[in-house]
Amino acid sequence: MLRYAIKRIGLGLLILIIVMVGMYAAVFLVPGDPAAVALGPRATPEMKRMLMERMGLDQPLIWQVVNFFRNALTGNLGIDVWSKRPVGTIIAEALPNTLVLGVASIGWSMLLGVPLGCFAVVYRDGWLDRLVGILSVSVIALPSFVVSIYALLLFAVKFNVFPAIGAGQPGNVASQIHALVLPCFAIGLGWVGYLARLVRASMLEVMGEPHIRTARAFGLPEWRVVFRFALRIAIVPTISLVAVGLGGILSSAVFVEVIFARPGIGSLIYNAVTSRNYPIVMGTVLVTTALYVAITITADLLIARLDPRVRDVFRD
Amino acid sequence: MTGPLLSVRGLSVNFRTPQGIVRALGNVSIQAGAGEVVGIVGESGCGKSTLAAAVGNLLPGNAEIAAGEIRFRDRDILRLGSDAQRQLRGREIAMVFQDPMTAFSPVLTIGEQLIEFQHQMTDVDKAEKRRRAEAMLARVGISDAGLRLNGYPHEMSGGMRQRTAIAAALLMSPSLLIADEPTTALDVTLEAQIIYLLRTLRRDYNGAIVVVSHHLGVIAELCDRVYVMYAGEVVESAPVDALFHQARHPYTRALLECDPARLDQPAEFLPTIAGEIPDLTVLPDGCSFAPRCALADDRCRIRPELTSLSEDHAARCHRVSP
Repeated sequence: MLRYAIKRIGLGLLILIIVMVGMYAAVFLVPGDPAAVALGPRATPEMKRMLMERMGLDQPLIWQVVNFFRNALTGNLGIDVWSKRPVGTIIAEALPNTLVLGVASIGWSMLLGVPLGCFAVVYRDGWLDRLVGILSVSVIALPSFVVSIYALLLFAVKFNVFPAIGAGQPGNVASQIHALVLPCFAIGLGWVGYLARLVRASMLEVMGEPHIRTARAFGLPEWRVVFRFALRIAIVPTISLVAVGLGGILSSAVFVEVIFARPGIGSLIYNAVTSRNYPIVMGTVLVTTALYVAITITADLLIARLDPRVRDVFRD
Repeated sequence: MTGPLLSVRGLSVNFRTPQGIVRALGNVSIQAGAGEVVGIVGESGCGKSTLAAAVGNLLPGNAEIAAGEIRFRDRDILRLGSDAQRQLRGREIAMVFQDPMTAFSPVLTIGEQLIEFQHQMTDVDKAEKRRRAEAMLARVGISDAGLRLNGYPHEMSGGMRQRTAIAAALLMSPSLLIADEPTTALDVTLEAQIIYLLRTLRRDYNGAIVVVSHHLGVIAELCDRVYVMYAGEVVESAPVDALFHQARHPYTRALLECDPARLDQPAEFLPTIAGEIPDLTVLPDGCSFAPRCALADDRCRIRPELTSLSEDHAARCHRVSP
């Protein structure tokens, strides 16, 4: 298990390096001069050259990547060209907002979607199953930015029950939770449908296995067969999906954070890209990719925890 | 009235398949009394496992019971509500399944599952259920039973899993034990061990046991009475000695001749029954065995009835008479 974890982390680092090389390549492909952006229209070529040198942009691409990683390992992600503050600090301020948003969104959709999938299996082919199926497909089809805008219009503008923008007052947990409701709803709604469908499908597959027949042969009630015997196995593909999904939410949070004007990684990336603020772009991409990799590794270890057969494969 | 513990009468089961309706069982009647071991034998696809599943009310979703009744303790269990049926399962009727490799959940420990299987014992706490499970594992010959309870099914050998399956079935002291091919997935050494185990259990077990097998040796070793099935019908029923020594139905005879254990000298080819089992979607009007029967004649175009040959011996063939 330990060796497996180390192998996965090594692979994750490799992914990070590849992503960053790609990012550096993109910077050079996209038109626009980072130094010109940083210094403004009245900068002289001399000033630009000096800044390029200071940022290390005159060096070969690979060397820049190496430098970036060397700095990143010491916790130094560079300096924001606008505010002149360290990029690491800016990300550290924005990240918790996005993490809370992502975890809360996936959290409520799991709490609702997984039981819905199970109920659909218990009452399979009945009206409840059909209803859950239709609703699931409907909410999957709704993009989160559409849900965001309508949720805003309805609950913030018309009924005025939830705040339209912001992440609540700092230090006031109640107001922060209050501000979290609508963005969470917007992101999580589609996931409820996904999870209900996925759990239903993998559950139906498991329900056909002989050990489920054994459980039934011992007269166990259907709900107990579903929740205790089948769910434990059917949840494994769901965990993989949620892991990928949580990573996806960190990036799809861009829309929702921009729409709800929430400070977070998403709006940070959005603003950085529109203003060509490359140190911020690089820093946030590195951090989100690292998070993505960490979540995937955690999910794999969790799966190994849930399925003893997988655990034994990793044991050496 | 005190009838036999289990009495299946005129049971017909159909399967809806994309190829049409398959008649898995046609008018099958069997009985099993307390303290009796009844064997059901036949080749693959003859409906013996369907019969076992029907008694346990575990038929797959595409099966429908077209006719007949399954009486257990004089109550037709097909007429019971689903809760009452569930109460019977596990407590009164227990099953040992064919494939011990997949019969247990791979993600729960043996102990968790054996405790779970006793859920109908509401007056007993978890620790006591665990002690009962450990004692039962020890009884079926699993060493370090306490340790095994913490292990997972895939950590056990096939033989141990089959023993565990038998232990699980006996946990609730059911009055009817149905063993569907209890030794088929095992090699001969383990098969012998399991037969030995079932024979020992037989001695101090008062309920009825129904053993389903295609293996004549298993049937001969274990059973008091045997039903031979062919194409979803019972073609002969007899006490085990009569069946093995005075078989009357041509199919039973052919089956016995195919048993390699009966060969007394080396043969270049093993004996087989010519032809194949009939397509159960289109049954012949007459005797279903007639197309493969060496003795078939004109009479066999009409479906034969089950003819009583003696008090407890019957065969479904025009050629037999008492």
